[in-house]
Amino acid sequence: MIHLQLPAVLAALLAGIGVYGVLARRNAVLILIGVELILNAANLLLVTAGSRPGVPFAAGPVLTLFVITIAAAEITVALAVVLVLFRTTGAIDLTAVPDLTDEPEPAPAPGLEPAPHPAPELDLRGEVRS
Amino acid sequence: MTTRDIVFAAVGAITALSALLSVTTKHVVHSALWLLVSLGTLAGCYLVLGQELVGLVQLLVYVGAIVVLVLFALMLTRAPIGPHAEIDTPAWQRVVGAVLGAATTVLLAALLLPLFSGVTVDLDGGAPGGTPAIAQAVFGTWVWPFELLSVLLLVALIGAFAVSRLVLRREDESSAARSEVRP
Repeated sequence: MIHLQLPAVLAALLAGIGVYGVLARRNAVLILIGVELILNAANLLLVTAGSRPGVPFAAGPVLTLFVITIAAAEITVALAVVLVLFRTTGAIDLTAVPDLTDEPEPAPAPGLEPAPHPAPELDLRGEVRS
Repeated sequence: MTTRDIVFAAVGAITALSALLSVTTKHVVHSALWLLVSLGTLAGCYLVLGQELVGLVQLLVYVGAIVVLVLFALMLTRAPIGPHAEIDTPAWQRVVGAVLGAATTVLLAALLLPLFSGVTVDLDGGAPGGTPAIAQAVFGTWVWPFELLSVLLLVALIGAFAVSRLVLRREDESSAARSEVRP
């Protein structure tokens, strides 16, 4: 026997903490941690609602499994984008405004030279190319 | 208060506390480690709620794969070891974030508590959606969404690979153009 109010309260708490984590962080990976917490709040709510009697097709746990799978796909792509951002700009601070121009400049004018960030570029490149 | 209520309150308190620590700590790596604790104890919450399969999948996918992926990303982006003040937004923005987070919590709680007030589930004789019921539902009613999810995982894999390869090729072109101009 369990009262379903407690899981509902925990889901609300996790969602609020996740919103705070998204808004209070600058590092892109730590913002993703906040997103994960919000997703987990949704999962807990699905499980809670699914454990009420009379839910058809075992919808609660099955949809929770689906959301977990989608979260895995989402974080794979998100971390790839974060790594590319780090490789091109040298930082993953989302409050800074990086230069995200799409086209490679044909002839590098003296003023348009991107900021040098030698160490991370060399490091990751060597690893990927070998 | 039944035994399951007390166990859930204990495990849920650990979950909420470690989630709070993971969004407030000044150590970048500790944040991922507190996330691991939070997701692991959330698997315990699923166990208390009678969903063993969901709890085990949570352990496998979240704790085993996603947190490790996050740790890898932190290492590849040269996360600083030790306390670091630069990972947080300015103080006023954090205050706004805290207010919005608290508002989200209050809103959700005000919505959900009346919905679940007085609802009790007897889980001791097996949960209504136990593992056999989940298996039958996944491979019966939900079989097409399930197959679609495997395609989604494949697309995500190819997408992550393509994103990194695209940028590498573009860097090759630009560096080649630069080396042609330079001599």
